Amino acid sequence: MAKKGDWVKIKQIVLEPHERAENIPEDTKKTPLTMWVKGILMEDAEIGQKAKIKTFTGRIVEGILVEENPRHIHDFGSPVPELIKAGMKAREILYGGEGNEQV
Amino acid sequence: MSRYKEIMARKNEIMKKSLGIDYERFESGSIAFDYERMMRETGYSLEEIIKIQREANVGNTPLIELKNLTELARKVSPTGKAARIFIKDEACNPSGSFKERRASVSVYHAKKHGYKGVIAATSGNYGAAVASQAAMKGLKCIVVQEAYDSRGIGQPEILEKGRKCETFGAEVVQLTVGPELFYVNLMLLEETGYFNASLYTPFGIAGIETLGYEIANQVKERTGKFPDVVVVTHAGGGNLTGTARGLIKAGALDTKVYGVSVDLTGLHMASDTDFNRKSFTTGHTGFGIPFATWPDRADVPRNAARPLRYMDGYYLVKQGEVFYMTELLAQLEGLERGPAGNTSLAAAFSLAQQMENDQIIVVQETEYTGAGKNPTAQLTFAKQNGVQVLVGNPDEEVPGKNIILPEHPSMVKAREVKLDNLKKSYIRNCIQHFGMPNEEDIKFLAEDTKSSEDFVRRTIEELKNGGLV
Repeated sequence: MAKKGDWVKIKQIVLEPHERAENIPEDTKKTPLTMWVKGILMEDAEIGQKAKIKTFTGRIVEGILVEENPRHIHDFGSPVPELIKAGMKAREILYGGEGNEQV
Repeated sequence: MSRYKEIMARKNEIMKKSLGIDYERFESGSIAFDYERMMRETGYSLEEIIKIQREANVGNTPLIELKNLTELARKVSPTGKAARIFIKDEACNPSGSFKERRASVSVYHAKKHGYKGVIAATSGNYGAAVASQAAMKGLKCIVVQEAYDSRGIGQPEILEKGRKCETFGAEVVQLTVGPELFYVNLMLLEETGYFNASLYTPFGIAGIETLGYEIANQVKERTGKFPDVVVVTHAGGGNLTGTARGLIKAGALDTKVYGVSVDLTGLHMASDTDFNRKSFTTGHTGFGIPFATWPDRADVPRNAARPLRYMDGYYLVKQGEVFYMTELLAQLEGLERGPAGNTSLAAAFSLAQQMENDQIIVVQETEYTGAGKNPTAQLTFAKQNGVQVLVGNPDEEVPGKNIILPEHPSMVKAREVKLDNLKKSYIRNCIQHFGMPNEEDIKFLAEDTKSSEDFVRRTIEELKNGGLV
């Protein structure tokens, strides 16, 4: 249960598949145009239930509650050894191999 | 009528109210319109923009000479020679990209005209720039992003930009893939009465002129002459247009301006399945070519970004080459910078090798980087979406299937696109929209394609003979 005053994320279907623009690729046309917005929850609500939020700009938006205190999950990914080695190789070309102290 | 169709039918009325520009004043009734008068009467002078940007902490970014990359270019160059490579460190702007030059003028204009807030429809750095400038000026801000595929999986770079907008106190409206983002944008403009901080207004483009102006003056101050070449990452065309206009205003009339895009041929920009198979969210051919050949596809009636008017050459690089140059910029120059500017850096590294040692090539932007934007974030995401990451010959890269990091720095290449073909395609699009050109239109098309009336006439004949118009 998310409480009134929590920072939450809601979701709303803006256009159902049959309402979508005509000149878009078939794969996209099969899916609804979906929107996510974050804001302060105005009344207690359960995940998956209807909820009303007040956004940063003060707009009141209704939708389905999807997340409480939504976290930014993007990160730096895993190391990419091919890239690391590419840099090492370029240094070697530039500074003349392992014998050079600058490497 | 569906709500979608009802809103779209009123788009001109909503846009006019949210921009406050009457574009009809500059129209001729056919292909031609008075571009320079539009820029003059609805924009700001260079002096005014310098003042607006100074007050908003925008611009005057450092120009850095990339001595080690230049040296590496000379080591691998077939002639043993390469031009000096410089980079304009636009990451030093408050929100971390050159887009703040555009945003600073749009937000200034919105505030001056009494709007309570601004709306920008963009998944890119422009959103963060508008959000930052709006925060500075006490205006409300909404950024509308195309961020997720239908599975709800977000492109990491777009998620990062969304986070940044939120940090500056902007409301971020995130959508799944599709051009109907424009519809959501129109609904929000109507609901809020906010200013439409479009990327393509005369003042937005005029905001970038200072970038070209600073480059010309900084290079002259450092080396005693204007740069020979300025390379610009090209997507919607504003970056190239504004930079070129600024160079001209500084008197650098002989400096060549080249556009560069990442080659994403074969991936459809509005496809739900292709969306997360690309590792670049801007600066790619999916925007670069359509916006060059039909600039007025933008969200304003007449686009102030008109790349073919200023472009002296257009080059493509591969995704793998841009990641590779990003790594080299970090490991050889100690500069950890974001993806977009490194597209033109990859091309510059190759183009420099076709130049003389005393010549100068300038990469005109860097951008901030970090979680979601780093090559490691993008390459990890690519692998998760079934794209192979290989080392080899970037010529063999197939967008959406693989990313090929060059095996050796000599394999980084700027691949030339025939500009004449883009110019012909633009002329064809104009005829398809407006009908056959009159004398005034021919003169306009010659200016708008940086060609000649003779070229335009020959193209029209060619198109007619080929049954293409």
